Amino acid sequence: MSEKVLNLLMDSFTKILIPGIKVTIPLTVISFSLAMVIAVLTAMVQYANIQGLKQLARFYIWIIRGTPVLVQLYIVFYGLPSVGIMLDPFPAAVAVFSINEGAYCAETMRAAIESVPVGQLEAGYCVGMSWWQIMRRIVLPQAFRTAFPPLSNSAIALVKDTSLAANITVAEMFMTTQRIAARTYEFLPLYCEVALIYLIFSTVLTKLQRAGEKRLNAHGFN
Amino acid sequence: MLEVKNIKKSFGDLQVLKGVDVRVEKGDVVAVLGPSGSGKTTLLRCMNFLEKADEGILNFDGEEYDFRTIGRKDIAKIRKKTAFVFQNYNLFRNKTALENVTEGLIVARKMPKAKAKEIAMAALEKVGLSDRSSHYPHELSGGQQQRVAIARAIATNPEIIYFDEPTSALDPELIGEVLSVMRQLANEGMTMMVVTHEINFAKNVSSRVIFMEDGEILENAPSKEFFENPKEERTKAFIKSIAEQHTI
Ligand SMILES: Nc1ncnc2c1ncn2[C@@H]1O[C@H](COP(=O)(O)OP(=O)(O)OP(=O)(O)O)[C@@H](O)[C@H]1O
Ligand SMILES: [Mg+2]
Repeated sequence: MSEKVLNLLMDSFTKILIPGIKVTIPLTVISFSLAMVIAVLTAMVQYANIQGLKQLARFYIWIIRGTPVLVQLYIVFYGLPSVGIMLDPFPAAVAVFSINEGAYCAETMRAAIESVPVGQLEAGYCVGMSWWQIMRRIVLPQAFRTAFPPLSNSAIALVKDTSLAANITVAEMFMTTQRIAARTYEFLPLYCEVALIYLIFSTVLTKLQRAGEKRLNAHGFN
Repeated sequence: MLEVKNIKKSFGDLQVLKGVDVRVEKGDVVAVLGPSGSGKTTLLRCMNFLEKADEGILNFDGEEYDFRTIGRKDIAKIRKKTAFVFQNYNLFRNKTALENVTEGLIVARKMPKAKAKEIAMAALEKVGLSDRSSHYPHELSGGQQQRVAIARAIATNPEIIYFDEPTSALDPELIGEVLSVMRQLANEGMTMMVVTHEINFAKNVSSRVIFMEDGEILENAPSKEFFENPKEERTKAFIKSIAEQHTI
């Protein structure tokens, strides 16, 4: 590798990493947190069998899972302005990623909640607890334990998917890399470099998942 | 203390309870016997509203409720005065033995934590598990789990405890420890209604025996009378068949 390219890579590393820290990570963290709120609510209205809301939840999951996230980004950012809804790139990306991720995590949460034996719900009723109390103290903690590995998986996928936000002009890592590459024509080394940074982010998340699972296991129940 | 009149329940086309009457006085230990599928579990579950009965009247502590119209508040009120022990324990798997017992006190009855803990430890002591209080359910044997479940039931100081085949899921060598706890409760005057296949428990511990078949009560008599002088032919045959099973 020529010295020129090496220098370029060294120089661009921080240039790419900074939007990674300033944009990619916040985009992932905010979107995933909102996705979890959506997921838990969506899973719970289905579990509680609330007519109307339950059908709405199924409809939401059906639409979101059945369409590409890239198309969803385009609809929100380029499409909605024509009906007067104008969002800045970052909030638009947050909206799309949390709604999209929420649908997938909702299914994970629903399966996890349903895997808690219904007998524990009945036992809760029999000691005088209300449905809410049982959900909060008995069912959800166990469901989160079960859902933790697949949810971590979704979070790792989301880190990488945020690169799609480049399409709606969010200046995250990939967009930054594209710009440098367009200027320098060093496509292969630069795209490999950004891939490496994504790999580092995913690896950190994987390590966090391991540590999280260890802590959950140490917490006794399995 | 407790009376159920003409309780009926169907699952789809299958009528599982065809108008059953039960009366339990304070201190009674009622054993419910009967072949598989006769509706014993369904009866207990309806009595504690885990299943919604189609028809019937419940008299509890002098107050009358209609199973068709009883509201959430009354159900909650009655459940706080009763307890249920399940065939497969149904312990909260994310809680320790102690927490399983305190949960109903702290969360449902808003009892101060220290007091709840004290009561729970006494309950665990009673079932012989004070040294297992910080274990999680998966760290306990089936017999120990069922004894925690019994501790959870008695901690709330219920007026009656319903047991649904509390020893049926247990290995034979673990049945004794659970039965002896139940016998002790009976001796202390706890009111109990016990669905069981343990004929010796029905014979030696219970004060009354109810024999169910096909969603109906065929015979309802004091324990001694039931075994020594059964009236119904079907009851005689059932007692005989069980006696034979026990000699194999
Ligand atoms: N949730 C349900 N849905 C449909 N049918 C049910 C349901 N629960 C029970 N049944 C049916 O009702 C009948 C009575 O069941 P139940 O469990 O009350 O019998 P049981 O006397 O407790 O029997 P066992 O001794 O085997 O426990 C059975 O035919 C059973 O298949
Ligand atoms: Mg049964």
